[in-house]
Amino acid sequence: MKKHMIALAAGLSAIAVVASTAQAKTLVYCSEGSPEGFNASLYTAGTTFDASSRHIYNRLVQFKRGTTIVEPGLAESWDVSADGTSYTFHLRKGVKFHTTKTFKPTRDFNADDVIFSFARQWKKDHPYHKVSGGAYEYFNGMSMPDLIKDIVRVDDHTVRFDLTRPEAPFIANLGMDFASIMSAEYADAMMKAGTPDKVDHDPVGTGPFQLVAYQKDAMIRYKAFADSWEGKPRVDNLVFSITPDPSVRYQKLKAGECHVMPYPNPADLAAMRKDPKVNLMSQEGLNVGYLAYNTEKAPFTDRRVRKALNMAINKAAIIDAVFQGAGKAAKNPIPPTIWSYNTSTVDDAYDPEGAKKLLAEAGVTNLKTNIWAMPVQRPYNPNARRMAELIQADWAKVGVQAEIVSFEWGEYLKRSKAGEHDTVLLGWTGDNGDPDNFLAVLLGCDAVGGSNRARWCDKEFEDLIQKAKTVSDKAERTKLYEQAQAVFKREAPWATIAHSVVFVPTRKEVDDFRIDPFGGFIFNGVGLK
Amino acid sequence: MFRFLIAKLALLVPTFLGVTIIAFSFIRLIPGDPIELMAGERGIDPERHKQLMAEMGFDRPIWQQYLDFLDKLVQGDLGTSIITKQPVLSEFLTLFPATIELSLCAIVLALVVGLPAGVVAGVKRGSAFDHFVMGGALVGYSMPIFWSGLLMIILFSGILGWTPVSGRISVMYYFEDATGFMLYDSWMSGEDGAFASAVHHLVLPTMVLATIPLAVIARQTRSAILEVLGEDYIRTARAKGLTPRRVVAVHALRNALIPVVTTIGLQIGVLLAGAILTETIFSWPGIGKWMVDSIFRRDYPAVQGGLLLIAAIVMIVNLLVDLLYGLINPRIRHTE
Repeated sequence: MKKHMIALAAGLSAIAVVASTAQAKTLVYCSEGSPEGFNASLYTAGTTFDASSRHIYNRLVQFKRGTTIVEPGLAESWDVSADGTSYTFHLRKGVKFHTTKTFKPTRDFNADDVIFSFARQWKKDHPYHKVSGGAYEYFNGMSMPDLIKDIVRVDDHTVRFDLTRPEAPFIANLGMDFASIMSAEYADAMMKAGTPDKVDHDPVGTGPFQLVAYQKDAMIRYKAFADSWEGKPRVDNLVFSITPDPSVRYQKLKAGECHVMPYPNPADLAAMRKDPKVNLMSQEGLNVGYLAYNTEKAPFTDRRVRKALNMAINKAAIIDAVFQGAGKAAKNPIPPTIWSYNTSTVDDAYDPEGAKKLLAEAGVTNLKTNIWAMPVQRPYNPNARRMAELIQADWAKVGVQAEIVSFEWGEYLKRSKAGEHDTVLLGWTGDNGDPDNFLAVLLGCDAVGGSNRARWCDKEFEDLIQKAKTVSDKAERTKLYEQAQAVFKREAPWATIAHSVVFVPTRKEVDDFRIDPFGGFIFNGVGLK
Repeated sequence: MFRFLIAKLALLVPTFLGVTIIAFSFIRLIPGDPIELMAGERGIDPERHKQLMAEMGFDRPIWQQYLDFLDKLVQGDLGTSIITKQPVLSEFLTLFPATIELSLCAIVLALVVGLPAGVVAGVKRGSAFDHFVMGGALVGYSMPIFWSGLLMIILFSGILGWTPVSGRISVMYYFEDATGFMLYDSWMSGEDGAFASAVHHLVLPTMVLATIPLAVIARQTRSAILEVLGEDYIRTARAKGLTPRRVVAVHALRNALIPVVTTIGLQIGVLLAGAILTETIFSWPGIGKWMVDSIFRRDYPAVQGGLLLIAAIVMIVNLLVDLLYGLINPRIRHTE
């Protein structure tokens, strides 16, 4: 008992964990929630990707840390056929998998692992397809089942993907979390042992960190993988201390109980800037918040009405009131951090008088409409209700009466997909840094009835983005996407509102943390001073 | 006593059946389905949506789903979480020790402080101490947990630096979970300072979670004592020349305890409800936070299974409280 009393006294004086763990090089990240599991192909949440694919696994290609630039990953290089329908990947040699309590790999990474990782998601008769629920939403969402014709094992270190059509964003898709490469040998061993789902809970990857322990809603503990092909990480241990409340996360950061925290409370930003122990990093997010007009419903079928309503919105006031400085006015449907962003487009200027004239010209008087406001906070829109109120007030000034409508989030998504709205607030966060991931997904003709909430299908725009998909030359694609943005701006199916700014507070001793444009938190390469 | 017990147990069956209906139907009454929520802004192809709903069995008539739920329930199967793909019972059992540990500490604190404070306030009615206790109880009862919790974190952890901000133990310590009860596991781990760290981490959440039960127990004890002190047998006891301490401790307290025990039993439900907020604020990995997450994600099996287990626990505790009445006051078991 006495021993424990002494320990108690010692413990009471040792609150600042980080101070003592710094020597052991343990980096503590106060994450916002628990992962759904440790196989990223089964899930869609960023929290899950941070905990699994971004540290435990690698992909054939990867995004250069802190950028949207694609670089070689488990594939050292790749060739694309002249018609753009065949991609041959030359795999890296000597890549080791993690060794765990239940599995010791007998071979290095090879083509079988690539084929297993994709076939599991793709082939419905694959023995692993139905394991752990087997809903591969990202794989399906990125149209991979339609796109992939065949995956061929050329030799141990060469794999060829044959596609049904040329698809320039394919390479960027392979850098996404769902495309993480798992061990086929481990999967075979677990299948033989009668515990195939272990593959998804006790992960074995090639990534820079290896899972040690996970306690739901409490913490995830990793150790550096010394044999990582990328070299040993700069810290020995990585701990995710799961802390759902943003104010509590900040208190933990201040107290030194963690080094990095995501999603700070906007109200805490001013204090963070002044805090000598905290380094407040910021970067424009890979997102866009918008108000989509239902272009299938009159009078929003008329471009002049849409333009007029855009001109009636005081965007600067929205950025101030809703984003509290953590947002940048959007003029294009893609954020400036994505290549091909058109700098020459001109945003619709705030001009209530001009808006009135344009509405009159379109023959629209006493317009009664609705604004759908999301019931949840999203990265691209911290307060949709407030935003809707501001737009409502702006429109009232030009004689447009708008009613604000909201539903429960799932219902909101479902009804807006069905086109029940006149105008709807929504947004998007990019998956792979390719312009196609915004322009085709949100504004393409195929996406009407899905993620194209404006239900806008413009032939000129569609031809441009479809052509851009088939061209592999980046400069040519850039031109096509720039033209597409000009068409978008002219036709105004949306009022583009803002790109939010992402803030990441870190402790001063954190070295070389880079904000991931995809919203992830990646700690390979991060050190502690 | 045996008949009393049988009667109480018999009552549990229809109550439990009622709870299964509520647990099953409430989550389904909330609009939105799990697939839509999982897909988010990306949306999902209607065909694929239909296919997934069918795979999860949500496309069948609601009564059939309910009967399936009951069928599995009698076999001890609460289903599998549609989010984590883990059995609901195993998720619950992993997280429950954390909630139990926190709730037990909170109820012990509430009793140790609330009971004597209520007795003294009742005996010294109108005194400064009485006003202090009742004022404090009113404040404690009225403060929302999320507010008082954050305030205490800012004061005790942020400004004074006396306690850790959140969690169950410092990340410095790592040992395998033996029981899920951190106090026990850290003690048995043999790691120097681990137990102290676990105790240290319990201080603030215990104080926050205990606030409301403490306030209720103090107020209830005070009014029960006041009522009993006016009874004839107390006057008789005093007239016999017993010391005031003996009058209160032996004669008044035992009779005053009956309503207080009822209150304590009811506080178990309050504790579990309070745990939802306390666990979120203090990043405490218990069932409260798990239930909230499951509701937000429309994880039907997790919500219905979790609700059922929580309801079963509250029912069992109330049964124990009923039995305790019999021990405190034999008249109850005889009249029943």
